[in-house]
Amino acid sequence: MDWLGPAEIEALKLSLRVSFWATLATLPFGIFVAYALARWRFPGRQVLNGLVHLPLILPPVVTGYLLLLTFGIQGPVGRLLGEIGIVVAFRWTGAALAAGIMAFPLMVRAIRLSIEAVDPKLEQAGATLGASRAMVFATVTLPMILPGVTAGAILAFAKAMGEFGATITFVSNIPGQTQTLPSAVYAFLQVPGGEAAATRLVIISIIIAMGALLLSEYVGRRAAARVAGT
Amino acid sequence: MSLSVQLQHRLPGIDLDLSFDAPPGVTVLFGRSGSGKTTIVNAVAGLLRPEAGRVAVNDWVLFDIERHQWLPPHKRRLGYIFQEGRLFPHLNVRQNLAYGRWFAPKNARRENPDKVIEMLGVGHLLDRRPARLSGGEKQRVAIGRALLASPRLILADEPLAALDDARKAEILPYFERLRDEVSVPILYVTHAAAEVARLATSVVALQDGKVVRQGPAADVLADPSVAPAGVRAIGAVLKVRVLAHHDDGLTELDANGARLFLPRISHDIGEDLRIRIPAQEVILSKTPPQGLSALNVLSGTVDSIRSGDGPGAIVSVKTPAGIVLARVTRRSVNALGLEAGAPCHAVIKTVALAPQDVGGRIISNE
Repeated sequence: MDWLGPAEIEALKLSLRVSFWATLATLPFGIFVAYALARWRFPGRQVLNGLVHLPLILPPVVTGYLLLLTFGIQGPVGRLLGEIGIVVAFRWTGAALAAGIMAFPLMVRAIRLSIEAVDPKLEQAGATLGASRAMVFATVTLPMILPGVTAGAILAFAKAMGEFGATITFVSNIPGQTQTLPSAVYAFLQVPGGEAAATRLVIISIIIAMGALLLSEYVGRRAAARVAGT
Repeated sequence: MSLSVQLQHRLPGIDLDLSFDAPPGVTVLFGRSGSGKTTIVNAVAGLLRPEAGRVAVNDWVLFDIERHQWLPPHKRRLGYIFQEGRLFPHLNVRQNLAYGRWFAPKNARRENPDKVIEMLGVGHLLDRRPARLSGGEKQRVAIGRALLASPRLILADEPLAALDDARKAEILPYFERLRDEVSVPILYVTHAAAEVARLATSVVALQDGKVVRQGPAADVLADPSVAPAGVRAIGAVLKVRVLAHHDDGLTELDANGARLFLPRISHDIGEDLRIRIPAQEVILSKTPPQGLSALNVLSGTVDSIRSGDGPGAIVSVKTPAGIVLARVTRRSVNALGLEAGAPCHAVIKTVALAPQDVGGRIISNE
């Protein structure tokens, strides 16, 4: 890795950390929301669906600004969190929050599709055999949607790696703190002679994105074949 | 163990309002599709909440809508055998079989897995996934999975309907073993008269959500006013014993002294069987028939004649072998001068004794 400068390595490491935590922390919510949208009929279901998809259709800078208004030091949620000692504004945790929210719709869509593919009759069969709702989910639904969950998580990770607009709006571009890979590329391009470093990061970005996509396809196929029992 | 069911529920196109008690053994819910059979089973299983009613196994109440009692499905301790098997595709056969057993209370685990695996002949399939099983194998595993949950009640919703005739013939004996070797009551849904004749201890005939008749299989199947699956389903059930297998491809049966022949069956000599004789395959004669190609003639006296609205009538003939039913026209009844007590001969075409109507062993106390 000695062909990368220390600032570039720092940006790469930060991006991996931000994306990892963004994916991991949103996964349980993603599964829950996907399950609710796929299986439950409740008032406000369409509103929830719209809210989940909002980051996908809003300009990222708008999402970032809304995050700043909400989770900023003066924002209602930010102030509450601040009272218990958690500050996300201008920290890497804030970058993870922005990346997680931007990746959330992709994750939910992938998981929801796989839940809708599970025959509810199998879940009924589990119930008649003595499994409670939670056990049916753990022993029937979850194993069967694992391909979708994995694909959704990898896709979300890739999206988080590339998140720029909302991140830079919400937590700015502080080297070592909030300067992720895309922010670093942007920063290098702003200074004379930074093109070489920017190019190196661009190549890394392409490799990670393509790798994630291929991995997600591969894992999805493998897991689907395992579930189908072939 | 007995099951008591009371149910009221409205579905589009059908108004369910019924009650029945199921004695130990196999109780068959018999009726054409749309008569409410599956709704009843789903309500017993807790997959559907009826508008009113009560279901109890002995004094253990599964639900009582009026008293706001409702056990969720997973607390009902059932073994539900579905039409499509519904095996878990992500688990192998061994794990599928163990699924219900795992949730059963430890002190209630009656069935020995090895014995069940042997009884169902699935020992060589244990490591396979359901996707690599044939239809018949899937259904055998489904039976085992339900049984190993150590249920207090077994439900089977047309478990053979999705199988071809050969597979049906493969699975039916396992249900007979279930009936004869397992002491759990079985509620069995079907619209196939042959399955009723072979399995039923008691039959509940359904029509448009109502019970039209309940009783032993021989009585219900013989009743033309019921005809849950059309007149073709009407038929007599006889108890017979295998006497001999002949070289010309026929098997000779003894029906309480009378002789019957049917195409070679695989059952052993000396074995007790039930056979069903569809009423439409029987013709009647006042004089002893001569010069006929049919091999089976049972002589007796007319017991009763029941006619419906159409041109047909069902004549039941008391013979030494048991009651035999014949579906004839009312015109023939008049022409032959048939009336209760009149001697007559029932002629049964050999081919009418189709192998799928041949049942397995009979419980001795029947």
